[in-house]
Amino acid sequence: MANADCIIIQGSNMAEAHPVGFQWVMEAKSRGATIIHVDPRFTRTSANAHKHIPTRAGSDVVLLGALINHVLSNDLYFKDYVLAYTNASTIISEEFLDTEDLEGLFSGYDPETGTYDPASWAYSAPGEDGKVADASAFEGQEGSHWTAGRAGAGEAFGSGGPPLEHGIPARDETLQDPRTVLQILKRHYSRYTPEMVTEACGISRADFDYLARALVENSGRERTTCFAYAVGWTQHVGGAQFIRTAAMLQLLMGNVGRPGSGIMALRGHATIQGSTDIPTLFNLLPGYLPMPKAGAHDDFQTYADSIGRKEQKGFWAESRTYAVNLLKAWWGEHATAENDFAFDYLPRLDGPAGTYQTLMRMLDDGVDGYFLLGQNPAVGSANGRMQRLGMSHLKWMVVRDFSMIESATWWKEGPEIDSGELRTEDIGTEMFFLPAANHTEKAGSFTQTQRLVQWREKAVDPPGDAQSELEFLYELGHRIREKLRGSTDPRDRPLLDLTWDYPVDEEGEVDPEAVIAEINGRHETGPKVGQPLSGYTEMADDGSTSGGCWIYAGVYADGINQAARKKPGYEQDEFAHEWGWAWPMNRRILYNRASADADGKPWSERKKLLWWDETAEKWAGPDVPDFPADKAPHDPGDVEAGGAKGLAGNDAFVMQSDGRGWLFAPTGLVDGPLPTHYEPVDSSIPNPLYPQQANPTREFIQDRDNLNAPGMTGDAREEVYPYYFSTYRVTEHHTAGGMSRWLPYLAELQPQLFCEISPELAAEVGIEPYGWATIISPRAAIEAIALVTERMTPLTISGRTVHQIGLPYHWAQGTHAVVEGDSVNDLIAMNLDANTQIQNSKVTACAIRPGRRPRGAARQELVEELQRRAGLQLDTGDQLLTAPDFPEGTERQDIDLQSGESIEETFDLPRHESGGEDQRTTGTEED
Amino acid sequence: MPRFSFLEWPVVRQLRDGDVLGRGTSVTSKRTRSITPRTAEADHVAHSVCPYCAVGCGQLVYSKDGKVTQIEGDPASPISRGRLCPKGSASEQLVNSPRRITTVRYRRPYGTEWEDLNRDTAIDMIADRFLEARRNHWEDVDDKGHALRRTMGIASLGGATIDNEENYLAKKLFTAAGAIQMENQARI
Repeated sequence: MANADCIIIQGSNMAEAHPVGFQWVMEAKSRGATIIHVDPRFTRTSANAHKHIPTRAGSDVVLLGALINHVLSNDLYFKDYVLAYTNASTIISEEFLDTEDLEGLFSGYDPETGTYDPASWAYSAPGEDGKVADASAFEGQEGSHWTAGRAGAGEAFGSGGPPLEHGIPARDETLQDPRTVLQILKRHYSRYTPEMVTEACGISRADFDYLARALVENSGRERTTCFAYAVGWTQHVGGAQFIRTAAMLQLLMGNVGRPGSGIMALRGHATIQGSTDIPTLFNLLPGYLPMPKAGAHDDFQTYADSIGRKEQKGFWAESRTYAVNLLKAWWGEHATAENDFAFDYLPRLDGPAGTYQTLMRMLDDGVDGYFLLGQNPAVGSANGRMQRLGMSHLKWMVVRDFSMIESATWWKEGPEIDSGELRTEDIGTEMFFLPAANHTEKAGSFTQTQRLVQWREKAVDPPGDAQSELEFLYELGHRIREKLRGSTDPRDRPLLDLTWDYPVDEEGEVDPEAVIAEINGRHETGPKVGQPLSGYTEMADDGSTSGGCWIYAGVYADGINQAARKKPGYEQDEFAHEWGWAWPMNRRILYNRASADADGKPWSERKKLLWWDETAEKWAGPDVPDFPADKAPHDPGDVEAGGAKGLAGNDAFVMQSDGRGWLFAPTGLVDGPLPTHYEPVDSSIPNPLYPQQANPTREFIQDRDNLNAPGMTGDAREEVYPYYFSTYRVTEHHTAGGMSRWLPYLAELQPQLFCEISPELAAEVGIEPYGWATIISPRAAIEAIALVTERMTPLTISGRTVHQIGLPYHWAQGTHAVVEGDSVNDLIAMNLDANTQIQNSKVTACAIRPGRRPRGAARQELVEELQRRAGLQLDTGDQLLTAPDFPEGTERQDIDLQSGESIEETFDLPRHESGGEDQRTTGTEED
Repeated sequence: MPRFSFLEWPVVRQLRDGDVLGRGTSVTSKRTRSITPRTAEADHVAHSVCPYCAVGCGQLVYSKDGKVTQIEGDPASPISRGRLCPKGSASEQLVNSPRRITTVRYRRPYGTEWEDLNRDTAIDMIADRFLEARRNHWEDVDDKGHALRRTMGIASLGGATIDNEENYLAKKLFTAAGAIQMENQARI
């Protein structure tokens, strides 16, 4: 980031949430960069920026789409880059219809299921009518009940999206064909104008012009712009598309793969990157291989082909190899070519099994046991009340943490015990609290937000019973296997055949280096038997090598723990290649082939990174090339061979099956090939762009305790939930507080929950500065100290004033931490982005009033009083389709203006703890 | 009351000691002179990484007699260049907090209090329950006969605060057991 000429921070308060990383923004600033912060709140990030642009949370696609429109209609994009490295010239299927044609929907929408069939979004093949993009490798297969639209499908394909059959679709290099991506883009964003930005985001024309000018003036051959975002973009329904809009803009401006360019994802936990790469996530296997799906991936080759076919371009062509190496690492000698490397040992998905679906299953008594490994969902997950109620339905829970977090004590104290809804004596959940070793008490690696794997040395032994997860999991696995020894049940084979023979020291601690060596991989046979792999290109698909996570191959090259390298930064160049190890292959800037032009020459001396060395016939430069090292710029690529050989010399985007950066995504996203503005779920502002109000693929969970505010369907004369709040972090606390509220220093620095509101809002509702305020959503009511501040700006949106409220979410009720307060996440509904299954936490409709919240049972009575007043029903806000004329022949489903007649029905619905008949359905099951 | 000495006047002391800006020896108290930093007394320094956000700042963990005594920023880190935020700076308290729980705690069904439990026994009980839950909610095939080979009886949450190696073992064990409901903070 220090090399950027302009940094646009949007969806992040980097100075406070990532303060030490922010030094690189300040470094860029001191070198002359322009810093712009787009955010509903004025924060310390804004204070250090040249300009703060207040905006309305959830309107990001309008602003970024307007920037796309601006650079396209004024010919300000980086044409040479766009032609060489993006799919701008690719021609899209004639069957594709845009949101401009369909009132806010794309072609392929099925109103019955709320999902898209992406077949019509495909590339056109040259000289034929057939489509190149194989939209969904498993769709249409007999018996498949898996649809592309569900189950975290966005991540179901690995990082390159699902495969294209071959890499050369029809193109028009003049960009004039109306079906080229560039022309489609122009039409799609033609109504995303500066005036629309003012109307939808509340951003003035002058501010928009400033932003557009800064971006344009700091992009091109000589200069680069960098974007930074955090959960201010991810925690929305449609969040994946917010990020994609920025990615498209950066591709258009030539700001990918170059020094000071790109999009910086500011992630929030020490190894949240590592736990995505080596995923403790339901839909992924290590290295972004998808979990197999029932019916769709019944045999190994079909599974591998669905990720990447051998004959396609780029590195996903080797997907089978990566999967073989993983299976070989896990099942060793039991994984053979004859049994497809024990592929059948893998369990299968048939729909999403994410944390919120699991919660609903808990409430239905469908889950017996729950492990918490350093996470506090009673406070940190959406709808904390349901999280806690879900725990009361479990048979047992294992909480591994440092202190008595609320997810360990909910049965003894907390809002539901206070109100009498739960009684300790009636709760059957058996609780195990196992003390965990902390980061100083074990050796191991974290992967930070730029994919850098860093090893930690152990300083001291853990105290008392505390132990590492490594030791605990190893021991648990060991005992499970012992208890199953001799079993003839085929379901136990995967456990019994598992490689689980890690070296243990005299204190019972597993050697973590042995685990990272397994992750790295090794030769299983041949002259190099036993030797660690030097990189993933050394992996074979015949079982002669193994490796637990292909993208990490090389982290243990030469038998040396590369992640543990600590050559001081001040003794190295700015890439510091000898400090830790970045996947893949210690590359520090991804897609860096794009830092040179099509001929292999740097775009400019100032932004030089990689170049083609004619004499040596290879790529040269200070970073590790993210490209076949000896492939010349004008190499046409061996299309028949596929894989890395299939890449042409300018196919800089080596993971994509056409080698190009995707301005238009023919597959891989479930809610459309182009980002489109939809209003947040409970927004009462009409979508200014389309009759389709909200994202038509969003996933909702219908439950008596998960009601939505009425939004557009409410009574405009008396809005019950007229304001919107966003949650955020403060510097002194960390997420749900498990690692910060127990520390005296941090607790003293930030002792209390507060809400940030503007003086105008304070006056409107009669809240005094530093007085109490009660905030009520359709799920819960909480109290907070009011911080009345001009840092919050009322915005004028579509002719009305919109007030936004800021709420940090670190506190919880309980007696164990140094400080306590109400849990903000209790207010939030489970409304999920269909691509990611991540909940919206950033725009939630609420009421706010002066004074403290009621105590005991009266607290929930207040919540219900407002629910009644707003006429909420179980399906309020759940109507997916609002575009009146789509699809043809389907009549508009009338928006159900609440009559109040059926409201009592809603209120009579049994709750989980009452043991009544279950009334819940998830969006998925309902469909 | 010590006898007044002209030479002990701050401004004179400043000039006498060559501490022109008055930020060094001339303003150091006797107590400060008599103590040494914890970092100097440490018998071991481990190179570590901050456990909070994903910036990945370098930490130096100082310990003495097997106890962590101080945690400082690592100046050698090219990411953080020696800096730590308030959380990273306070992380010594994460180790030594008196509120930290270091023994296994157990709450029996319908119980009203925590009880003590031997760790070995606890892990054994958990292994038994793991297998029982796995059996209770095992799914061999779906309604169309496609293999599922999984259990819905067990769920796990967390991973972004533990190590890569630990995530790896967790995913490996749970997948082999057919326990697909595994999630972490990346979904939140």
